Amino acid sequence: MNKTLPTLAEAVAGIADGAVVMIGGFGGSGAPIELVHALIDRFLKTGQPKNLTIVNNNAGNGHVGLAAMIEHGMVAKLICSFPRSADPRVFTERYLAGQIELELVPQGTLAERIRAGGAGIPAFYTPAGFGTALAEGKPVEEFDGRSYVRERWLKADFALVKAHLGDTLGNLTFNKAARNFNPLMCMAATTTIVQVSQIVKPGAIDPEHVVTPGIFVQAVVEVANPAQEEDLNRANAHFPEVAA
Amino acid sequence: MSTKLSATQIAWRAAQEISDGAYVNLGIGLPEMVARFQPPGRQAIFHTENGILGFGEAPPAGEEDWDLINAGKKAVTLLPGTAFFHHADSFAMVRGGHLDMAILGAFEVAENGDLANWSTGPKGVPAVGGALDLVHGAKQVVVITEHTTKDNKPKLVKRCSLPLTGVGCVTRVYTSLAVVDIQGGRFVLREKLAAMSLDELQSVTGAELVVNGRVADLVVPEL
Repeated sequence: MNKTLPTLAEAVAGIADGAVVMIGGFGGSGAPIELVHALIDRFLKTGQPKNLTIVNNNAGNGHVGLAAMIEHGMVAKLICSFPRSADPRVFTERYLAGQIELELVPQGTLAERIRAGGAGIPAFYTPAGFGTALAEGKPVEEFDGRSYVRERWLKADFALVKAHLGDTLGNLTFNKAARNFNPLMCMAATTTIVQVSQIVKPGAIDPEHVVTPGIFVQAVVEVANPAQEEDLNRANAHFPEVAA
Repeated sequence: MSTKLSATQIAWRAAQEISDGAYVNLGIGLPEMVARFQPPGRQAIFHTENGILGFGEAPPAGEEDWDLINAGKKAVTLLPGTAFFHHADSFAMVRGGHLDMAILGAFEVAENGDLANWSTGPKGVPAVGGALDLVHGAKQVVVITEHTTKDNKPKLVKRCSLPLTGVGCVTRVYTSLAVVDIQGGRFVLREKLAAMSLDELQSVTGAELVVNGRVADLVVPEL
């Protein structure tokens, strides 16, 4: 078995119009920018994929990564907890113009919905949001004297994930706090596509150190020196580069 | 001392209540400042919802690792004993009752413990982040805030008028004028500035301040 692919373009080739796509990361930390940019490249060449539903904690920052996907018109709906950032103009303008749908989810509920999706748990109860506008219309139940809101699982057709090491079987490690939503999204998508800083042979990752077991991963592609969103934004980068 | 505490002084006052070894989540903004004022000999372990326990101060400019950030997306550093974990484990720590304290900002706090701190109304782009989760589960949910808004309206109120973050969740409030516990659906005054009378304090508070036992002077150092 070998889950590695030679290019980013091949890794994202199967994502179709209207797909639900989870994108890992918390802000720029753990965001698979190169996979996202490969998907934008494909869209600019072929017009596909579009009308995507994106699941991410945020809504992009500046004009790279997820913000660039939104800017190029690929995203119909966003499911996130915090659609603000240092430079949120791309999402904000489209949202206020009614051009993009937003499903706002408390951050811990978002994480647990994704985990539940991956774990085969169709619904669960959480105290988060009880008595607030975000629980309107949702079933509420009392357990041991406290009230809880019922939330549904969240699953996706694809997950785009950034990891540190990945072996050819898809076992993964992550770098510091870049872990965040990435291991959860690996579990919750039908097809999980991971960019790793280095592809290694099976056995090169100590089994005690595997964070995401390869069963949750379908494709691995190497991006040796991945860009950081924060660095790109400090350089005022746009994707793709626009000739002056 | 001036007529009210500065934001830094409010943060200092709240920091004095953190015990050694406590697991504490600090909200984005003013609450982050609390970490600077831990009393000597006490070391809290700070939790950030994006998956770190036991992080340290910001690194010098130019030495940031953008994979190592806090919930406010600011670069932080590692301390001996730091642990990383994914987002579902992070919020298990929150909702599961494992944190000793969560310290949050507020637009309004009500005498029944309701908190409003994520939205000032329907305009613009709504964003909640982890606020709705963080108010549930910690053994103490503490608010630090100015006592009044910029146009002198009370922030301690009978009932919140802004969209709620959580119902009946706040246990204590540190303001620029007072320290108030929330007990049995009422504000119980614990400390106030010595220069201010109870009547003066009550006049800028939107619900009754109950005096139940001694009211100490709110004393903080110049910072």
